[in-house]
Amino acid sequence: MSEGHHHDGSIAQQVREVEAELEASGIVSAAELEAILDAMRTPADGARVVAHAWVDAAFRERLLGDATAAIEELGYSMHGGVRPQMLVALENTEAVHNVVVCTLCSCYPIALLGPSPPWYKSEAYRSRVVREPRAVLSEFGLELAETVEVRVWDASAETRYLVLPLRPRGTDELAEEHLAALITRNGMIGTASL
Amino acid sequence: MDDRFRTGERVLVSLPDSPGHHRAPRYVRGHVGTVLAVHGRHVLPDDVVARMAEPHVEPVYAVAFAAGALWGAGDHTVTVNLWESYLEPAEEGR
Repeated sequence: MSEGHHHDGSIAQQVREVEAELEASGIVSAAELEAILDAMRTPADGARVVAHAWVDAAFRERLLGDATAAIEELGYSMHGGVRPQMLVALENTEAVHNVVVCTLCSCYPIALLGPSPPWYKSEAYRSRVVREPRAVLSEFGLELAETVEVRVWDASAETRYLVLPLRPRGTDELAEEHLAALITRNGMIGTASL
Repeated sequence: MDDRFRTGERVLVSLPDSPGHHRAPRYVRGHVGTVLAVHGRHVLPDDVVARMAEPHVEPVYAVAFAAGALWGAGDHTVTVNLWESYLEPAEEGR
């Protein structure tokens, strides 16, 4: 970067300037960026997958066996990035609680959940949840019984994880789209129960 | 090429302490874990970063470590994705 371009501005300001530089140099066009943003997923997309797994036992089996392939049934894909990624679904049960982190950087199932929350990228979360997950989860408001086994999954560029949360009790009568509304982003990372 | 390790096998994370990039978190180096699954075959990041013309492609294993072994405390497991060349068979009794 040439001299005189050093900034201490806000992240948003810096991003706008990088974007302008990329467009000016022909590396990306505004239309391409627009298309990427339009295709950006949100936690509601992950919630659709989870709700479907709750109501359709056969889909649940396929999701737990090969999540990368199973989400394609619902129109999602892990193959949109620079390199193909593998998605692995982690099943929470009464006896096992899963929680996801990326200690080396911030790997996250963006293709399904959209951008990760800021805390997911924080050094505090990344360094502490592998060491003392029960304490970290407690700070998120999730108190797990001592009998519940905790499994922490350190994601990588190649493998992204989706937690399949426990279906809340008393929701047997709810339709799939109403179930989806109960499913939170943190529930699919494993830092909350539903 | 067949995968070197099988599900359930005990493996030691054994990386040369050499300069350059290795895609293995420091906290599992020198520790023994259990192979849970093979998570595909991927180019070795070390080779990519070194700009090798034909980077090695290796199986990547999901390896589970007991927190007690990693940190000296804790009853949870931590599972990390590790390239085959980062691993060697664990000696008996470890």
